[in-house]
Amino acid sequence: MSSAIAMGNKSLFQGLNLRQKTILIISFTSILLFAIVIISLFLAGNALPTNFESKNLAPSLEHPFGTDWMGRDMFVRTLEGLGLSIIIGAFASLISTVLTLILGLFSSLGKTADSFVSWLVDLFLSVPHLLLIILISIGMGGGTKGVIIGVALTHWPSLTRVVRAEIKQLKTQEYLHISKNLGNSKWWIATKHILPHLSPQILLGTILMFPHAILHEASVTFLGFGLSPHEPAIGIILSEAMGYLSAGYWWLAFFPGLSLLIVVLAFDMIGENFGKLMNPKMAHE
Amino acid sequence: MKHAKLGFFLGKKTIKLISLLVVVCFASFWIVEQSPIDPVRAYIGEMSIQSEQKAKLDEYWGVNTPVQEKFFNWAGKLLKGDFGVSLIYRVPVIDVIKEKFTASLILMACSWLISGVIGFVLGIIAGMKNGTWIDKAIKTYCYILTATPTFWLALLLLMVFSVYLGLFPLGFSVPIGVAAANVTLFDKFQHLILPALTLSLLGVAQIAMFTREKLIKVLLSDYVLFAKARGEKGLDLILRHGVRNVALPAITLQFLGFSELFGGAALVEQVFSYPGIGQATVAAGLRSDVPLLLGIVIFSAIFVFFGNLIADLIYEFIDPRLKQKEAML
Repeated sequence: MSSAIAMGNKSLFQGLNLRQKTILIISFTSILLFAIVIISLFLAGNALPTNFESKNLAPSLEHPFGTDWMGRDMFVRTLEGLGLSIIIGAFASLISTVLTLILGLFSSLGKTADSFVSWLVDLFLSVPHLLLIILISIGMGGGTKGVIIGVALTHWPSLTRVVRAEIKQLKTQEYLHISKNLGNSKWWIATKHILPHLSPQILLGTILMFPHAILHEASVTFLGFGLSPHEPAIGIILSEAMGYLSAGYWWLAFFPGLSLLIVVLAFDMIGENFGKLMNPKMAHE
Repeated sequence: MKHAKLGFFLGKKTIKLISLLVVVCFASFWIVEQSPIDPVRAYIGEMSIQSEQKAKLDEYWGVNTPVQEKFFNWAGKLLKGDFGVSLIYRVPVIDVIKEKFTASLILMACSWLISGVIGFVLGIIAGMKNGTWIDKAIKTYCYILTATPTFWLALLLLMVFSVYLGLFPLGFSVPIGVAAANVTLFDKFQHLILPALTLSLLGVAQIAMFTREKLIKVLLSDYVLFAKARGEKGLDLILRHGVRNVALPAITLQFLGFSELFGGAALVEQVFSYPGIGQATVAAGLRSDVPLLLGIVIFSAIFVFFGNLIADLIYEFIDPRLKQKEAML
């Protein structure tokens, strides 16, 4: 045992059981993401100094991600962009989850309601997702507002589908029939019997929605919709970087994109490990 | 018997397509109508005009007609196959879509095929070697790919292959300054490689993970155990009992991915300046070309619908196991 302690952190990690490891991974990635958001909020107040003397510098110790054509530090810009992306992703996932909840519970009320919900899901999935976001954001008058609404209104269908299937299965359970025979209203059954069963599904679905929302927001911004060029969004940073590729300023595109990838991976990891925690059957994998 | 069932199925799907298109037309028209975009401004561009002329143009384009009337005008023309005139390309929308969709279809078909085949093979390898380092490597690769922004990967490939290695041209589907007649097949091919490569690399992840999971399940089944007991083993066993069982669901899944393929193509086309439907969508959206945008929405809905239709066909008519399952339910 003493040698294990002497070997330090790595073996300490190995000494934990799977459940503890899972929790450790979740907390570590969550802290990382929170830190990014909080730092970006602090940074957002003061505009980045433009310094033309140090423009287009390659990555160094002073500027880990290099500097852009206005001499702004890319590391700071990337952090700000990531924070913005996470906040938009959080907002969009929240709205989509609320929509899922409403539609899911609505679908439990009866056959007509259920087919209406499934029809709505099919309708939203019938147009390519990216195109739908573009369409809605134009309808909302474009700009930041348009993109956020577009992303928020289009991420519920797949989760709703899962929730709907779950509800269908739940409705065959005997205790629901008994509850109905006891004279409880449909709404009462939906909120007291069905909702508690759905909450872990929905929580997990919300976490797994984050990465999609973030990637879509970045994509649509990259294409030039929405967020104004002054905002430090990752999509804008990358579309700006596209103009400097042939000049050989690789760091302008490489690091911001990589950071986005890491953030998305972090959310995926939280979601996956969270799923393991909630589903003991899967925990040994 | 079987033909009757197929006929009924297709009839049902046709009605579904028509009703879907009606709703999509209506909904997308309504969404765009909400927008504060001024179509006249979009048409004349940055040119400055006097207010009388603006009023005349408003009159001509029917800006002040009621929404219902506008919709019925548009929808009525649509039924005759007239999608209107694109504001930015100044040609009928249908011609723009024909040209751009063809270019994109080549790109999408290439990457769809390549990603399908490579993804399937990787999935089979990972499932076969479940738990080994090969499996872990493939899993990690897929995991990272699903988190990769499409346009970033496109930028990286563009940087590495076009800027540093100079292997491929920087953009466009044909060389600059060459007359259309002189563009060779090789030129077109050369401009297709990088966009197709980007989409293929990303498309691999989903199909590989799916195949892997399915194969692992199949390998745990009783009939594989029995086959092993008979002395079958190694690749032979996989090919005979694994691949056959996994192939159909994998192909079905690949057909269900048309919607994502479209989105990916839009991003990739933007980076590589490939003149396809994705780039036209972005241009139409950014420059408020409403007729073109609505046309693209309708055609992309048809595109996605056909992907789903083929998947359903496989599901209902080709896969014998699913039929059996249905009979059991």
